[in-house]
Amino acid sequence: MLLVLLSVVLISWFFVAAARRGKLVPGKMQFLGEMSYNFVRNSVGKDIIGERDYRPFVPLLFALFFFILVNNLFGSIPLIQLPTTSHVGTAYALAGIVYVTWIVLGIQKHGIGYFKLAVVPSGVPKAILPLVVLIEIISTFLVRPVTHSLRLFATMLAGHLIIMLAAAGSEFLLTQDQLLLKPLGILTLAGGVGMYLFEILIQVLQAYVFTLLTAIYIQGSLAEEH
Amino acid sequence: MNETVILAAAEGVNPLVPNIWEILVTLLGFAVLMFIVVKYVVPAFEKTYAERAEAIEGGIAKAEAAQAEASAALDEYKQQLMDARTEANRIREEARAEGAQILADLKEKAAAEAARISEQAQVQIAAERQTAVISLRSEVGILATELAGKIVGESLNDDARAARVVDRFLADLETAAPASQSAGAAN
Repeated sequence: MLLVLLSVVLISWFFVAAARRGKLVPGKMQFLGEMSYNFVRNSVGKDIIGERDYRPFVPLLFALFFFILVNNLFGSIPLIQLPTTSHVGTAYALAGIVYVTWIVLGIQKHGIGYFKLAVVPSGVPKAILPLVVLIEIISTFLVRPVTHSLRLFATMLAGHLIIMLAAAGSEFLLTQDQLLLKPLGILTLAGGVGMYLFEILIQVLQAYVFTLLTAIYIQGSLAEEH
Repeated sequence: MNETVILAAAEGVNPLVPNIWEILVTLLGFAVLMFIVVKYVVPAFEKTYAERAEAIEGGIAKAEAAQAEASAALDEYKQQLMDARTEANRIREEARAEGAQILADLKEKAAAEAARISEQAQVQIAAERQTAVISLRSEVGILATELAGKIVGESLNDDARAARVVDRFLADLETAAPASQSAGAAN
């Protein structure tokens, strides 16, 4: 749990330091900060939510992306070696924030009619409408936050488990007396290193996916049509 | 023995049931991060972007202004050049006209001078002719008298023809005298 605070301190320190100077011609640190900020601002916010409305959501998307990114990457840092997001509570909390955000936004934008807009798709025949509405209610308001949180949590936990398993397995196999098991231990060690590198990719990717889905949900709440 | 530990762990902790403290810490940490991002990070970046955009647009505007100024100066110079050209043309035209005028004046003056000279010459010629006529007349008279004297002297006893010659001569002299006298008076 200290890791959460550490991540907050790290992110705040880096970006405040990078943004504070605000030179027109950026230095190395400012450039890196701007590049990261730009990535979330333009590639996620502007492209998904749209030129008109994206501005107020940039802070949320930005904070989400880097909070999750750093907390994921803790899983690949030696000695820490544990992604905070592999605790399900963290994932629930973040997905909950997003869940509340897009529902509140939808109600703000469309009033209470938002729920009708969200679950009743246009152009569906009357006969199957009840079924469609039921599916929409389940998929939008029940399944969406669950998948949103569990996707992050599960991939992080699974990655963590695989690496730990590979490490423990290698240790076990290499310390066996039987000579035949040692090469197998080397094999699992190599596989573990491969998984470690792969895990870094997954950690970055999951942070991106989580933020991207957040942007999509927000865009869905702001949209006029279902 | 290992198996029992794993089983016990699996039974004791369901990974999908959250620890309430995890949620609280995450919410708190995220709230702090959100606060810092909203308060410091995003405004600073956006301010930098705005300044940069302004600097670039300002530079472009400045360049456009400079270009407009340059093109205005160019137009002005062109205008001045054209004015100077038309002025020069005008002056040249004037000079040409003036030259033609001077030439015409001079021609006229020369013609007048020539006319004056020729008239003077004619008058002089007439006067000289008159004097020549006068002097000739007296000399002719003398010569004629002399000739007549000689003719008379030599063939005085000729016939009536000689008498007729003398008569005619005298008559001619008498008709010519008043005309030459009046011409001499006019001069």
